[in-house]
Amino acid sequence: MEEWEEAGPEVVKRFMYVNRRAPYGTIYALECLEVVLVAAAFDQDVSVVFLDDGVCQLKKNQDTTGIGMKNYSKTYGALDDYDVEKIYVEKESLDARGLTADDLVIPVEVVAAEELREIMTQQDVVISS
Amino acid sequence: MKFGILVNEGPFTHQASDSAYRFAVAALARGHEVWRVFFYSDGVNNANKLSEPQTDDRNLVSLWSELGKEHDIDLVVCIAAALRRGIKDEIVQDGFRISGLGQLVEAGIQADRLVVFGD
Repeated sequence: MEEWEEAGPEVVKRFMYVNRRAPYGTIYALECLEVVLVAAAFDQDVSVVFLDDGVCQLKKNQDTTGIGMKNYSKTYGALDDYDVEKIYVEKESLDARGLTADDLVIPVEVVAAEELREIMTQQDVVISS
Repeated sequence: MKFGILVNEGPFTHQASDSAYRFAVAALARGHEVWRVFFYSDGVNNANKLSEPQTDDRNLVSLWSELGKEHDIDLVVCIAAALRRGIKDEIVQDGFRISGLGQLVEAGIQADRLVVFGD
């Protein structure tokens, strides 16, 4: 931490976190969310993307009682508290799963794959899981 | 170039850690710097010194440790991911250290490229 503080917050890079997996079945989605919440404290330009099965991470009304896992979907609401405001969801992934932005637990920006590709190319650091 | 590396898988189920190790060796051989390797998710298992692969198999825990010492690479194991997998200071191989996720963000800031190895 101290080393970073010496480097100074004047270094602002564009960090993008890409979620492509279903919320349960593997730990990737939960551990990616943990990274984003920590990263938000570093005064960097943070964006979060949900595509493929990753869009299901944001589905409303998740009920995990049958699988004995913690339902962490409400934690996505904390992104706004951490000033993570650039949240992109790929339109094609929503369409393929019969979902719309109204089905999601937080407000998002729905973008087409083509546009998302453009946004990705503008990033300095892309971390996918 | 100054590289940061993120390893998201353990040494056996996936090839990600092998690929990351080989990338690091190749980058160093070309005169690049590997500034930090951050081990996250099941990647924390790469630091488990209790791991005993069969003798005719490669041992990534030792390989990473030796590479880190030889080239002064900061090998950082994520504490949150490590604790839930039982990876604690007492079983962490020499050359690795346990620290927070902020070290990953710092690697993204400081390195020219952060290269991610996962499934």
